[in-house]
Amino acid sequence: MSCDSAKLQMLREKARAIRRWSCIMTAEAGSGHPGGSLSAADLLSALYFHVMRHDPANPGRPDRDRFILSKGHACPALYAALYEVGYLKGVDMKSLRRLGSPLQGHPDKRKLPVLEASTGSLGQGLSIGIGMALAAKMDGRSYRTYVMLGDGECDEGQIWEAAMWAGAKKLDNLTAIVDYNKIQLDDFVRNIVDLEPLEDKWRAFNWDVQGIDGHDMSKIVEAFERAAAVRGKPQVIIAHTVKGKGVSFMENQVKFHGIAPTKEELARALAELDRA
Amino acid sequence: MPKIEFPMGKATRDAYGKALLRLGKEMPNLVVLDADLSKSTRTSKFQEAFPDRFFNIGIAEANMAGIAAGLASSGKVPFISSFACFLMNKAFDQLRMCVAYPNINVKVAVTHAGISIGEDGPSQQGIEDVALALALPGFVVLVPADEVAAEDLVAAAAKHIGPVFVRLGRAEAPKVYKEGDRFPIGGSKTLREGTDVAIIANGLLVAEAVKAAGMLEDEGISAGVIDAYSIRPLDEASISAAARKAGAVVVAEEHLLDGGLGSRVAMALARSFPVPMEFVGLDNTYAESGSPAELLEKYRLTAPWIAEAARRSISGKKTARSGGRRQGGGRR
Ligand SMILES: Cc1ncc(C[n+]2csc(CCOP(=O)(O)OP(=O)(O)O)c2C)c(N)n1
Ligand SMILES: [Mg+2]
Repeated sequence: MSCDSAKLQMLREKARAIRRWSCIMTAEAGSGHPGGSLSAADLLSALYFHVMRHDPANPGRPDRDRFILSKGHACPALYAALYEVGYLKGVDMKSLRRLGSPLQGHPDKRKLPVLEASTGSLGQGLSIGIGMALAAKMDGRSYRTYVMLGDGECDEGQIWEAAMWAGAKKLDNLTAIVDYNKIQLDDFVRNIVDLEPLEDKWRAFNWDVQGIDGHDMSKIVEAFERAAAVRGKPQVIIAHTVKGKGVSFMENQVKFHGIAPTKEELARALAELDRA
Repeated sequence: MPKIEFPMGKATRDAYGKALLRLGKEMPNLVVLDADLSKSTRTSKFQEAFPDRFFNIGIAEANMAGIAAGLASSGKVPFISSFACFLMNKAFDQLRMCVAYPNINVKVAVTHAGISIGEDGPSQQGIEDVALALALPGFVVLVPADEVAAEDLVAAAAKHIGPVFVRLGRAEAPKVYKEGDRFPIGGSKTLREGTDVAIIANGLLVAEAVKAAGMLEDEGISAGVIDAYSIRPLDEASISAAARKAGAVVVAEEHLLDGGLGSRVAMALARSFPVPMEFVGLDNTYAESGSPAELLEKYRLTAPWIAEAARRSISGKKTARSGGRRQGGGRR
């Protein structure tokens, strides 16, 4: 993998597209989770347009890299990434959360088979990812598994059961990404259950740890490349992000965790995203 | 009988928030725990009024249930809340080992039960929570139909000594009752008398059952309606009397057919007075995203489907009398 400045620019443009869709889709639906979609946009862009080996023309390829959105409520951003990269041909992107739509309120494998997992009950994605990474080892396959976690989601005990197991078993084909946007549903993370020192926690569980600015595209790409080269340990990227990133009135606002923009707010959001 | 139209009321979760405020004043040992959903479950109201008696445990439902058990063992009366699916499904073993088995005084008040939460979809829709609560021996299991019932049943839960489960909804619910109506644990409410079929319902489907009874009346069918808000203990006497009187029964609930009110009523009637029965509920399926109204219609939880089930149940009487085999009405 290598990434020149033109490629980085493309990744930033794709992140912008993911952000635009996240706002449009939730506004159209009248509900959904824009904050955690916007914070994850740069990471998803890097994964789907540079880091992961996958082929939209052949989605079931056994050697494809896997991605699991454990923080399933941020699915507008995932649907947007899948659409932009070519998986959702013919899907009405404005049908989010509507009856019959493949774009369910939370990722639903029944309705959208290209998804690697159905999520929405927090805390479970890392365990599924371990299973996939383990199967790759058993079958001698080269694919890597990526799991995106929320910071609030790290309250769940299962995350740490999974972290302990993957660390103990040296599962080095597994990369977790924590979207550390500092906000969960009710409040700022530090006011609910402070996660700090978060890097030390993962390190103590025998993971390779990198803390990065989750909106700096070159740092993101570098971190994923470094992670893929680590042997003998699973890797976690603690991505320091801003909830609602890219839309000034959503940034760092607890409220925009789970409230869609109004039509008027959407217009303002898109204008800002297009200017940036 | 004049047609009854219920005015739209508040969601039962709103009544829960209101009840907690009142109970917090009356009971200094009442504490409330939530798992990062306090704005949705309405326990945030209690937090504002009694910040020292509210604990946000974070997104850690199992831990929350265990902490509640410790608090209750130390003289507090804890209410714990989250969405029905997260609390019951993720904390089931803790509710079993730390609460039900040692018979500890914890109150489990879950919101966002059923598919009427709508667009969030199946991962957030509690459709098995009643079955799980019933699988915890000793738990009182309550399903209020409206805000009046919810407020009174939350108070009853607080005062009852022992574990209680209260099931609450996200959607606004038709106001079936008048202020001041009381709902003792183990009771039921007979909303209509009927001689052809008895409809037993709870939660959001009580109002639909009354609507269905009105539709059946237009066809000359006399349908009774009982709100079985207390699934355990169940008011078996009233249900059995209604079955005797009508000779056919329908049970309607916003829950999987497996392990919900229907199975409890069927067990009670099998023992006391077996009659033809039909069941309205989720039939061996998860739902999906959609508006609450669309989902209730698609998954056949509305008045016309209850009326349809009533007709099937009634037709079962004849075949039962003639000794013939009835055709199964379900979809499985
Ligand atoms: C087990 C479980 N409990 C509660 C919820 C409800 N819920 C949905 S999102 C959320 C907050 C998540 O915060 P975080 O992981 O920080 O996500 P982000 O900030 O990236 O949106 C909660 C509590 C859930 N989906 N699953
Ligand atoms: Mg967060």
